[in-house]
Amino acid sequence: MDMLLQTVLQGALLGGLYCLFALGLSLMYGVMRLTNTAQGDFILLGSFTAIAVIAGLKILAPENMWLPLLLSPLLLIVAFGFGYVLQRQVLNKVLGKDPLPSLVVTFGLSIVIQNLLLEVFSADPRSIESAGLNTASLQIPGGITLGVLPVLILFLAITTTFGLQWMFNHTALGRGFRAVSDDLEIAQLMGLNAKRLYAYATGIAFMLITMAGVLQGMRTTVSPSDGPMLLLFAFEAVIIGGMGSFWGTLAGALLLGMTQQIGFRFDPGWGIWFGHIVFLLLLLVRPQGLFPKTVG
Amino acid sequence: MHTLKVSRSNAASRPALIVALLLVTVAASIPIWAPEEVRSAWMREFVEIACYLVFALMWNLLAGYGGMVSIGQQAYFGFGGYVMLMLSNFLGVNPFLSVLLAALCTAAMSIPVSFVAFRLQGGYFAVGTWVIAEVFRLSFANLAFVGGGSGTSLTAFAGISKATREQTTFWLALACMVFSIALVYIFLRSKRGLALMAIRDNEVAAESQGIAVQKTKLAVYVVASLGAGLAGGLYYLSNLRITPDAAFSVNWTAFAIFMVVIGGIGRIEGPIVGALIFWILNKFFSDYGSWYLIGLGSLAIVITIYFKQGLWGYAQQQWGWSLFPTQRRLKESTKGKS
Repeated sequence: MDMLLQTVLQGALLGGLYCLFALGLSLMYGVMRLTNTAQGDFILLGSFTAIAVIAGLKILAPENMWLPLLLSPLLLIVAFGFGYVLQRQVLNKVLGKDPLPSLVVTFGLSIVIQNLLLEVFSADPRSIESAGLNTASLQIPGGITLGVLPVLILFLAITTTFGLQWMFNHTALGRGFRAVSDDLEIAQLMGLNAKRLYAYATGIAFMLITMAGVLQGMRTTVSPSDGPMLLLFAFEAVIIGGMGSFWGTLAGALLLGMTQQIGFRFDPGWGIWFGHIVFLLLLLVRPQGLFPKTVG
Repeated sequence: MHTLKVSRSNAASRPALIVALLLVTVAASIPIWAPEEVRSAWMREFVEIACYLVFALMWNLLAGYGGMVSIGQQAYFGFGGYVMLMLSNFLGVNPFLSVLLAALCTAAMSIPVSFVAFRLQGGYFAVGTWVIAEVFRLSFANLAFVGGGSGTSLTAFAGISKATREQTTFWLALACMVFSIALVYIFLRSKRGLALMAIRDNEVAAESQGIAVQKTKLAVYVVASLGAGLAGGLYYLSNLRITPDAAFSVNWTAFAIFMVVIGGIGRIEGPIVGALIFWILNKFFSDYGSWYLIGLGSLAIVITIYFKQGLWGYAQQQWGWSLFPTQRRLKESTKGKS
C-alpha cells in the first residue's frame, strides 16, 4: 500500500513538471490553433540559456551566489520578447486553415535548435546547479519521503495553471484571447488586433516554456536531443486534459506522470511505452479529452 | 458547333513518358554498362535514392493530396524493415519476396492504427502520429528476439553471392520506384483521386456532393503506409543491419518533408525534383553533420514562408510544365462531335 502511494505521489510530482511543459502548447493551440512542434526544443533552449548565463556569472561574479536567482525575472522578460518577435516575424506568416506551413516551419525550427544546441553545448547531459535544492527532501506522515524541488515544481504548476485560467476568465487580455479563438472574423470586426494578440500569447507561452526549461534543468539532466520526447509528453498532457482548459492540462499531466511512474515500477524499459499506450487508449475512448472547453 | 471536351493530358506529358521510359532502360542496364570498379557503389547509391524517393512520394500523397500532415510515417518505414527481416530470418522466405510481403503487412497494420490516428486533426494529427511511431520504436526496442535496442542483421542472404544480391536488390529498387510513381499517378487520375483532391480543397463541400470522405482518407492512408513499408523493407534489404533508433527515426519523415517542400508539395514531380536535390546536397554537405541539418531546416523554413509552391510549382506557374497531369481541363472544340 505504501509502495503504491509512494508511486502515485512521485507520479504526481513528475506530472507537475509535465504540466509546465504543456501549458505553453495548450495556450498557443487554444488561441491560434498553432501546433508548436518545436515546443520540446524551445524548453531545452531555455535550460541551456540558463546554464550558459550561470556559467557566465560564475566567471564575472564568482562570490555572489544569489545573482542567478535575482536575474531570473530578467530571463523571463527576454523569453517574452523572444516569443513576441518570433510570432510577429515568423509564425504569423504561416497561420491559416492549412496546418502544413506552420507545421513545416516549427518542425524546421526544431531541427535547427536541436543541432545548434548540439554544436554549442555538445551531446553531454548537463544540469543546473541549485545549491543542494535538488537533493533536499522532506518527510511526510506515513514514512514517505518527497523531494523538496519536485514539491516546489508541483506547487508552481498549480499556481501557474490557476493564474492562466484567471487571466483567461477575468482580464481584458484573456477576453481578447477567447474572442479570437472562438471567432476570428467577428473579433477582428470588433476591433481586436489578432496578430498582436497572437504575439502576446506566444510571448506568455515562451515565459512558461523557459520556466519549464530551467526547472527541468534543475531537477534532472538535459541533453540537446531530448526535445522530441518533451514535446510528446506535453502533447499527451494537453490531449488527455481536453483542449482549451488549463485545469484539464494539469489533470492530464498528473495522470500521465502517474501512469509513467506505475509503468516504471513494473519495468524500467516499458515505463514511457506504458504512458504512450494509456494515452492512445484514452484517445480511443474519449477523443475530446477529460475536460474539453473549445472545439478543435 | 461548340462542344466542350475534357482534356487530361498536355503537350509535354507524352514526350515526357518516352523520355522516362528511356531513362528507366538506361538505369536498368547499369549492371551491364557501368565500369566494374564503380558498379557496386552506383547500385547501392541508387537503391538509397529510390528508398528516399518512394518514401517522399508517399508522404506527398498523404500530406499534399490527402491533407493529412504526418510526422509519424517512420513508423511504417521501420515496420516494413523489421517485418522483411523477420520473414526472411525466421520463416525462411526469400528476402526479395519478403520486401513485397512486408509492404502488404504494413498496409494491413495501418488500418487498426488509423482508428487511433484519425481521432486527431490538423496539427494534432501530426504530433499524434509521432507518438504512434514512438510506440513502434519502443516496442521493437524491447523485443529480445530482434535484438532489442541494439538491433539485428539480415542473415538470410547466406549462400547467395554478393553480385547476385546487389543486382537483384538494384532491379527490385528500380521496379519499386517505377511502381510507386505509377501507383500514385494512376490513383490520382482515378475517380478516387478526383474525390481526394475535392476533399483537400473543401471537405464539407466534397461530402455534400456525396463523396465518402472517411473512406477515401483511409484509402490514402493505407496506400501511403504501404509505400513507406516498401521503402523501409527495400532500405534494410540493401543495408543488412537494422536498429530501432535508426529505423524509426523521425529524420526519415524530416527528410521527406524537406524533399517535398523544396520540390513542390501537391504535385508528383515535387518529390522527384526534391529527392534529386536532396541527393546532391547529401553528397556534398552531409560531412558537415549538425551544420548540414541546420542548413536543411533553415532552407525548409525559408521556402515555406517565401516560396510556397516549391521549385516545380514555380516551373509549372511560369511555363505551365506538367509531366504528370492529374487535373481535368475543359477545352472548347469546334470540330463537332469528338
